[in-house]
Amino acid sequence: MKLTFTAFAAATLMATAPAMADLVVPNLSYRTGAYGANGTQYADGFNDYFTLLNERDGGIGGEKIKVPECETAYNTEKGVECYEATKDTGALVYNPLSTGITYQLIPKVAVDKKVLYTPGYGRTSAKNGKVFEWVFNAPANYWDGASVAIKYLLDQNGGDLNGKKIALVYHNSAYGKEPVRTLQDLAEKHGFTLSELPVDAPGQEQKSQWLQIRREQPDYVIMWGWGVMNQVAIQEAANIRFPMENFIGIWWSGSEVDVVPVGAKANGYKALTFHGVGQDYPVYDDLQEYVIEPGKASQGGEHVGSVLYSRGMYAALVISEAIRKAQEIAGVSAISPEQLREGFEQLDITPERLEELGLPDFGPEIKLSCDNHGGSGMARMQQWDAEGGKWSLISEFTEPDQEILAPLIAEDSDAYAKEAGITPRDC
Amino acid sequence: MDQMIFAAEIFLNGLMTGVMYALVALGFVLIFKASGVFNYAQGVLALFAALTLVGIQQGQVPFAHMINAVFGTHVEHFGWTVPSVLAIILTGAVMVLLAFLIEKLVLQHLVGQAPIILFMATIGLAYFLEGLGDVMWGANIKNLDVGLPQGISESIEGVTANWFGYGFFIDRLDIWATVIAALLVAALVAFAQYTKQGRAMRAVADDHQAALSVGISLRFIWVMVWSIAGFVALVAGIMWGTKSGVQFSLSLIALKALPVLMLGGFTSIPGAIVGGLIIGVGEKLFEFFIGPMVGGATENWFAYVLALLFLVFRPQGLFGERIIERV
Repeated sequence: MKLTFTAFAAATLMATAPAMADLVVPNLSYRTGAYGANGTQYADGFNDYFTLLNERDGGIGGEKIKVPECETAYNTEKGVECYEATKDTGALVYNPLSTGITYQLIPKVAVDKKVLYTPGYGRTSAKNGKVFEWVFNAPANYWDGASVAIKYLLDQNGGDLNGKKIALVYHNSAYGKEPVRTLQDLAEKHGFTLSELPVDAPGQEQKSQWLQIRREQPDYVIMWGWGVMNQVAIQEAANIRFPMENFIGIWWSGSEVDVVPVGAKANGYKALTFHGVGQDYPVYDDLQEYVIEPGKASQGGEHVGSVLYSRGMYAALVISEAIRKAQEIAGVSAISPEQLREGFEQLDITPERLEELGLPDFGPEIKLSCDNHGGSGMARMQQWDAEGGKWSLISEFTEPDQEILAPLIAEDSDAYAKEAGITPRDC
Repeated sequence: MDQMIFAAEIFLNGLMTGVMYALVALGFVLIFKASGVFNYAQGVLALFAALTLVGIQQGQVPFAHMINAVFGTHVEHFGWTVPSVLAIILTGAVMVLLAFLIEKLVLQHLVGQAPIILFMATIGLAYFLEGLGDVMWGANIKNLDVGLPQGISESIEGVTANWFGYGFFIDRLDIWATVIAALLVAALVAFAQYTKQGRAMRAVADDHQAALSVGISLRFIWVMVWSIAGFVALVAGIMWGTKSGVQFSLSLIALKALPVLMLGGFTSIPGAIVGGLIIGVGEKLFEFFIGPMVGGATENWFAYVLALLFLVFRPQGLFGERIIERV
């Protein structure tokens, strides 16, 4: 009996745990809870890209990729539990899609030697690889987003924002507060007035904030929202007849789920993005052939081509390219997290490489190094066409204002280094 | 002068927001009054009702994802849409069926248990209904449109612009919510005062044992009360769902009802309304006058601090029954 049980336990472990030779990329996703509608689409894109590599190419460098999924419900405690539960399964890299979870994992990954990849979210100053050895946040971070939004507005106003009024409506959390300092510095530099309007989570009720906007009549509103806050804000903006073309969201406030519930009144709303939109890319043909048609798509392929699906897919693409680079450097296919970190630091996704991958002009060039874990920070603007039910790109990739951002990154990362007792690396 | 005009606009909007809070609080009061149970699942009932309404309205196949996964089919929609009024009636019927099932499968087995046990059961119910709603209708955000107007009332804006030189913003959806809430409260009061079932409900609320001794069926009353609470949840779900789309966050509006209940009292229907209005107006005015001095986002904080003060000085709330326990 004892033998039977042991054999059963061994068989179960073999069936559930990945083979040690597999490349393990846990997907700390959220498909339930207040942000489940957003998390589901991102997780589907993330899963499907790795499925495509497994089905079409037999994995990366001959190694299959395993993507065990763990539900965090966008809850920081559950996110940490997921990390602890998966870190000893051969996990190489984590992408938890939550700034709160990221902040908790930053000290842990440095001890456990795991890579933390947080594209477009997380701790902005993690861009400084000298301090944050195990964290990468390319191609863009929150401060890049704030700067690119202001650059776009400068472009719209003949290079002059002097005397303009800009309101920032933000999620009253670590995530939402990220751009405040950057925008304050940019306001000082360009002479515009910034008013800050925090919204308590989850953001179902925003009447006070939008009445204030109606009274103060800012020229532009910038939003740092997530989940229900986005839909309510866009609805309230429409209610007070705020011109949608003067309303700009960060990339986490710019997906279909944010605008569709508002209907025709959301037409013209703008949002930042650090990747392309729609399905007009060759990679989608491969996804159709190798993943969707054979019935291997995550959730049946319901969200293929949506903004958040594309973002999840893009995150998987960057990770897979870093794995490829790590294999090339190490000369082995079954790489370790340390080797993957090397792969990330020498990552160079050129426009030509993106084209080879079936995503021409989808994202900016990503060239990382020991000290630069955040890339160029380039982003572009997209606009919602309610009638066509689609986003359109309306600006080219734009570089953020490094003159403002670089000192802020240095200041914040130095403060973290002192607090955590880290001696910055020589790069 | 401008400040006073702005404050008047905020006061009116606070009243309207308070009505929206009161709509959610009403469901809690009904169940607590009749059974002494604090129904943790009331917010999820609003979400479930709104999901069901949209599903019926749009002709969605319930459990489509599960059916497709098991049978390899690709069914999503029946191919028809249902008019709003009929969809609301059908959703009401689903909520009655749900009330029956809750009584049959949960409450019946817990008769005579301490209130904390019943409360724990409603926590379980909330988690179950969250999952059931997702499995039945999918987790996507859904657009809810039952024909309620939304956006600024131009007539009020025009009139106030003539009077004060500044046009007030009042959302037409909020005006409708106020009218519907007033009708709902009037109907509930009339039901409780003038119908046999309503009087039976009040008898059960006063004393379970005495009500049973004169032949009132506790089971029937519970099904009835949960059905009414389900209908109130449907109304709240329609109002809030029209604003933000139908999504999981709808269940969190229950958090806004808690301070309202502490203020108004857990056993008073007028208390839920007055509590809602006080919280709505108070939080908006506090945010307007004090918010800028402390960095804003004071509304949730204010509502709960006010509720806390009531717990200290008047724990039964404004209209609640004073609980005297003799030892």
